[in-house]
Amino acid sequence: MTDNIKFVQGNEACVEGALYAGIDFYAGYPITPSTEVAELLSKRLPEKGGKFIQMEDEIASMCAIIGASLTGHKVMTATSGPGFSLKQEALGYACMAEIPCVIVNVQRGGPSTGNPTHVSQGDINQARWGTHGDHAIIALTASNHQDVFEVTVDAFNLAETYRTPVILLFDEVVGHMREKLVIPEKGEIPLVDRLRTSVRKGVDYHPYLPREDGRLPMSDFGGEHRYNVTGLFHDMWGFPSNNHQVVRELLHHLVDKIENNVHSITRYKEHYLEGAEYILISYGSSARSAIHMAKNRRERGEKVGVLELQSIWPFPEAMVREKCAGAKAVIVVEMNMGQVMKEVKACVDDSSKVFLANRIDNKLITPTNIKTLLRMIQGRGV
Amino acid sequence: MAIKDYIRQRYFPQMWCPGCGHGIILNALLRAVDEMGLDKNNIVMTSGIGCSARISGYVDFHSLHTLHGRALAFATGVKLSKPELTLLVPMGDGDALAIGGNHFIHAARRNIDMTAIVMNNRIYGMTGGQYSPLSGPGKKATTAPYTTIDNDFDVVKLSIAAGASFVARSTAYHVLECIDILKKAIEHKGFSVVEILSQCPTHYGRKNKEGDASQMLEFQKNTTAKLGSKALEQDPTLIPRGVFVDIDAPEYCQEYDRIVERAMKGSQNQIHKFDKTLRDEANQTCPKP
Repeated sequence: MTDNIKFVQGNEACVEGALYAGIDFYAGYPITPSTEVAELLSKRLPEKGGKFIQMEDEIASMCAIIGASLTGHKVMTATSGPGFSLKQEALGYACMAEIPCVIVNVQRGGPSTGNPTHVSQGDINQARWGTHGDHAIIALTASNHQDVFEVTVDAFNLAETYRTPVILLFDEVVGHMREKLVIPEKGEIPLVDRLRTSVRKGVDYHPYLPREDGRLPMSDFGGEHRYNVTGLFHDMWGFPSNNHQVVRELLHHLVDKIENNVHSITRYKEHYLEGAEYILISYGSSARSAIHMAKNRRERGEKVGVLELQSIWPFPEAMVREKCAGAKAVIVVEMNMGQVMKEVKACVDDSSKVFLANRIDNKLITPTNIKTLLRMIQGRGV
Repeated sequence: MAIKDYIRQRYFPQMWCPGCGHGIILNALLRAVDEMGLDKNNIVMTSGIGCSARISGYVDFHSLHTLHGRALAFATGVKLSKPELTLLVPMGDGDALAIGGNHFIHAARRNIDMTAIVMNNRIYGMTGGQYSPLSGPGKKATTAPYTTIDNDFDVVKLSIAAGASFVARSTAYHVLECIDILKKAIEHKGFSVVEILSQCPTHYGRKNKEGDASQMLEFQKNTTAKLGSKALEQDPTLIPRGVFVDIDAPEYCQEYDRIVERAMKGSQNQIHKFDKTLRDEANQTCPKP
């Protein structure tokens, strides 16, 4: 059988990953370059009895998936920069009310309407701090379609594990490029299902009282336990509270459940990293150019390697510090003005050895672009 | 059951001001639910932000207190993902029709089965009395010290134009009529809008010299009239009350179920076609005896 081998766009790989993970509800609004996700799911979801709805705007799409998650479904929405800005309000709600959901942002040029049909990686910090108030967030990314598939499955798993929104930060090149995708057999990648409460009918259920392991079992709307969900600070029953201790404890819980688990959330790949003197840190489509360049340099005997990030938030500080410890120079390759570079500078032992190889004209960064900077750092001229 | 069986007594007394009309509306809504004999486990109440929105915390249903203006968008996700649930969506006038105006008209357009209750007190009460899109011109508010120049609009006409298949209006004064209308609205299969004029003596009443709660209720009695009544015929400036629209129209979730049916049949056909191709190929490659 070869029908599990496909030649698809990145957006389609994301859809296949979502279906593999068990998505059964999608709400969205048309926006370039993520529209294919909505188009494909409008066909595929009803085929398996799932639901697709095109809402009146980006805000409503985000709200609708939260509502659908509360009835016990696996949910997703997809968008790009301007839509991602609009979703921030309800994204914060999902953080506060601890609703599992997946938000895809296929990044394009920004700010504002920017450059809808061209690539950028400018939403890294928006993913982290786009919604107001202290909170923690999980954001994953990928550079090729097999990885797009896998991190999409991962995103659904992490959303359920930590009861949190998970952001998939893809970019226009990965979203629209066509490439081979092999869909794994059922069961090959483990899936995390909704953790439901075992509290029986008639017994007081505390929807916001974490178990010893920090997880909060849920109860579906329409089930035996009727409780309140709110975006206000709330007590263990989900009822609004402005008690200072309740506020402090809830905020700690929201941040700690993710920040204390950086290690298990961290995802990355190493390419030619063994003994590398020059380490390129990259992610998304720019990592493809970095890997190409490193391969080329290795063939010439130069010790260049790539650390490809697949989880951006929470930022894997300890891992990056450890991997970069012996490097002569660390070059962050990205298509923005140094959003990840600042994170790398903040966590490595010597920030003066961190450089930025970027491109901000909404064209894909090339291996030559990176090589130019590398030669300068090596003192070999351009 | 008694009304107290539908509330979360733990969270009482409620936070509304003395004389507020919202408590009367809550009471009418619970009586409607009680008289209909609905199962509490099947009811989801979603609300937005504002005085009106706090209603969802007090009821013993599944309750989703959401973002300002977004109650209907959340409700759409709940309903479409689990159509067997009954959705009650109480909103304030600013909540439903200013920040939530777009969600309101599109929920009506889809004719998705839920009951939108607009608790219209013509003011932003929770933030201290700013004018709302339903205040109308010539009113005083903390953001209209020289009186408002903004026009208001008619919730009933807007809802009808947007495609709601059940549209009604009542007031906090006419509480028995409210119960009756709410029962019809909840029973109706499709998007139902019930506008209930409510009073805010603390902000609207005081600023506009409309007196205390009882005087404001009296005002609701004197400035409205039943649809088809003689009073309304004689004085068309009165605000009409009653059921304006109650029609059978295709409901969104039911229509989507038909999409699912078609899509599932389609994918079954594709599988059959694929199986047939495989069989044909197998037949071609296997030497026939």
